Amino acid sequence: MENEKHHIVPIKTYVYILIGLIALTFISIGVTHIELGEFTTAGALILASLKSWLVLSYFMHLKFDNVILRIFVALIVLVFAAVVAITFMDYMYR
Amino acid sequence: MNQEVSFYEVKKYKTGILNWILSTDHKRIGLLYLYSILAFFIVGVCLGLAMKLELIAPGKTIMEAQTYNAVFTFHGIIMIFLIIIPGLPAVFGNFLLPIMIGAKDVAFPKLNLLSWWIYVLGAVVALMSQFMGDGPPDTGWTFYAPYSFKTSTTMLPAIIGAFILGFSSILTGLNFIVTIHRMRAPGMTWLKMPLFPWSLYATGWIQLLSTPIVGITLLMVVAERTMNIGFFDPALGGDPVLYQHLFWIYSHPAVYIMILPAMGTISEIIPTFSQKTIFGYKAVVASTLLIAFVGYFVWGHHMYTAGMSDTAVWLFSLMTFLVAIPSAVKVFNWIATMYKGSINLKVPLYWALGFLFLFMVGGLTGLVLGAVATDVQVHDTAFVVAHFHFVMFGGVGTAFFGAMHYWFPKMYGKMYDESWAKVGFYTFIVGFLLLYMPMFWLGMYGMPRRYYDYLEQFHGGNIISSFGALVLVAGLAIIIINLVTSARKGKKAEKDPWHGKTLEWQVDSPPTLENFDTIPVVEKGPYEY
Repeated sequence: MENEKHHIVPIKTYVYILIGLIALTFISIGVTHIELGEFTTAGALILASLKSWLVLSYFMHLKFDNVILRIFVALIVLVFAAVVAITFMDYMYR
Repeated sequence: MNQEVSFYEVKKYKTGILNWILSTDHKRIGLLYLYSILAFFIVGVCLGLAMKLELIAPGKTIMEAQTYNAVFTFHGIIMIFLIIIPGLPAVFGNFLLPIMIGAKDVAFPKLNLLSWWIYVLGAVVALMSQFMGDGPPDTGWTFYAPYSFKTSTTMLPAIIGAFILGFSSILTGLNFIVTIHRMRAPGMTWLKMPLFPWSLYATGWIQLLSTPIVGITLLMVVAERTMNIGFFDPALGGDPVLYQHLFWIYSHPAVYIMILPAMGTISEIIPTFSQKTIFGYKAVVASTLLIAFVGYFVWGHHMYTAGMSDTAVWLFSLMTFLVAIPSAVKVFNWIATMYKGSINLKVPLYWALGFLFLFMVGGLTGLVLGAVATDVQVHDTAFVVAHFHFVMFGGVGTAFFGAMHYWFPKMYGKMYDESWAKVGFYTFIVGFLLLYMPMFWLGMYGMPRRYYDYLEQFHGGNIISSFGALVLVAGLAIIIINLVTSARKGKKAEKDPWHGKTLEWQVDSPPTLENFDTIPVVEKGPYEY
């Protein structure tokens, strides 16, 4: 454990990611003005997921960390997706 | 720092209490939780006893219907949010996890202390609901919508209190996960780790991943109550069944937050008092992780009669039966461990055997509720109350007392009076069975839960049940008085009074501030006799 290397991310990368996040926030607001019907929620969720992915990858260092941590996060996302899917399945078949 | 003195004797502040409430030592924090939980437990037991006394005869006995509603609500809030959820992880996890994995403390000691402070804050806020506004909450501990935002009683402090308590749980879970990943002693590979830390690891993940869901759900209720946002109210376009989904997505895994550490405790007690390696170590580890995983997908079995689709009901019933498999694996492994063991029948083993019996009754009656057809018959009856008290109190409660009697010499450096401990155990078990067994029968014959009144035909069962409550309380009093007196005046305990093999039995009783003079190197499995 003592021999682990720490990846140093240049500040420039963080600034780009920050700009990207701000841009995506404006896009999130922008799409609410477009009539997407039943895809409105899906659109908002996709943009939110994209922002989460950027935060997890860069600010939380997942991109540079041990692969096992990425597997952990992927499993958690899968469990969460399964919970959401089962909940919506109830509504679909009601 | 003098490593020879126990952690009790290391004092940073002149004022005694500050050495406790500002301490970042995992052992003191564990004891802080123990004393807080004990105080709330006494209140919760008194409320439970009051309910049973009300039910000793039909009609009004000692309280009005509205008071009864408030009493069962607060009994549930205290017992679930303040006692059983933090229970074993917060008390024994804090005290023992670092020692059992060969560490000097948890990964984040300050965060650990913050968790306790958040716990106290959450408890105080929840308690405020009893003394504010238009009377104490009357929704039951589940805060079911739409009633929870329509009732005129004081809901907000209770809901916000539960919300705050969630943070304490999340931080404790996070701390334990990081501690186990990063701070195991050299040589302690994952498969050389004792089973109690394994159970805390699985529990930590549930605490971390499920608790935020109930946090958000409770905030949605607050938003609905204060701002009329229609999440759950059909009149505002919401769906009350959605509340039940969101609530149980947390609250069913929360059952595993409670029971997994209890199972971990039993997995420690049984090999020690059988003087034999645990049977199927890997199977017990795998079943712990499987219970934690499958436990995420069974929440709907609380909602069969709530108006879910038949497809969802079918799926949840199937998943519920699946979760019984890893639970049964554990039970078989514990029994196989005792088989041909050199049984040392001491008080902790009494509690472990009590756990096995009561938990199995709780588990098997759970199948009656997991099967849709029979659940429809007994849903919201006294049967359900009996079932979950067998699991929660008969399972987690007995494991807690087992843990208390097992690790007491380590925590206090004293032995307790064995004879009184046995009297306490037997009184508890007799009282427990008298209290809860008749409720199975009452429920099967249709006595609904959460009513302060009942039909004359249920009178006999309720008399036995209320009498059992009195016996149970007597048993609890004997157990607590014996432990409190022994902590002060008991005989000095040796390092390893039970001939245990895990690391906590290699350190002093009570341990020194940093547990180990030098960090141990682990070369063999935890239960190699």
